Amino acid sequence: MHGFANPKRFLALAGWLTPLLLVSGFFVTAAALYWGFTQVPPDRLMGETVRIIFIHVPTAWLGMGGWTAIAISSLVFLVWRHPLAAIAARGAAVPGLVFTLVCLATGSIWGRPTWGTWWVWDGRLTSMLVLAFLYIAYIALAQAAQREGVSARIPAIFGLIGAINIPIINRSVVWWNSLHQPPSITMGKSAIDGVFLAPLLFAVIGFSLIFGGVVLARMRALLADIQADARLRRRAMEAD
Amino acid sequence: MREALDQWLFVYGAYALGIGATLAMMAWSWLAMKRAEARREKVRSGSRVGK
Repeated sequence: MHGFANPKRFLALAGWLTPLLLVSGFFVTAAALYWGFTQVPPDRLMGETVRIIFIHVPTAWLGMGGWTAIAISSLVFLVWRHPLAAIAARGAAVPGLVFTLVCLATGSIWGRPTWGTWWVWDGRLTSMLVLAFLYIAYIALAQAAQREGVSARIPAIFGLIGAINIPIINRSVVWWNSLHQPPSITMGKSAIDGVFLAPLLFAVIGFSLIFGGVVLARMRALLADIQADARLRRRAMEAD
Repeated sequence: MREALDQWLFVYGAYALGIGATLAMMAWSWLAMKRAEARREKVRSGSRVGK
């Protein structure tokens, strides 16, 4: 695993893996959403709105998964000081934020016909909104640290501390009364009928492939910027 | 009295938002990556370019 911390090896791998993940993710997601949109019957209680599950649930999981990736990469950076781990953490931030916002928006759209309200300040929705704010703060902090030449340890510590919100989101529907339903899928168990579960799993795979592709694209962009800036700085120092 | 809501409108809205945001993110991240890599190559090849 440490071998991939070498930027050269990483770029050789990411060169072909980035388009592969993005293209395969696009087609798997498109197929899963087409399946969910046109082939799945309406739910007994939620009616046609059940189809929103195929976007809402994968984006919710990846919103939380994105911060988990930030926390793990930050820990690796703090312990082993691999610069690529800090770049990986930053790479996961934008797709994590986008999927968190999509989860919040689609959840709100789903809530109106199902609960009769666009928003309620309960544990699940509020902790998910806090996650979106944490992403925004992390992105701003990491950008400022790079611009000002401050140690990448500061955003890494923030990434680790922010991870406290992930179990809160996960357990919020169990700990507090909520309009949001309790977990439908737990380890090895599912309360969702197979007719909905199969396209949902495909959508999760598709969105995850896209997430991976975007993380690699962001990492390549950040690495290229860092390398170009370093070369320009070196050249400026030589000229002085 | 229950409100009569067309459920499909909500489904269309959620799909349009989810698909639109995902495609926009994919396109932006790809273009930003290509731009950053082109800038690095320019810097490597010796011409001075800003951000």
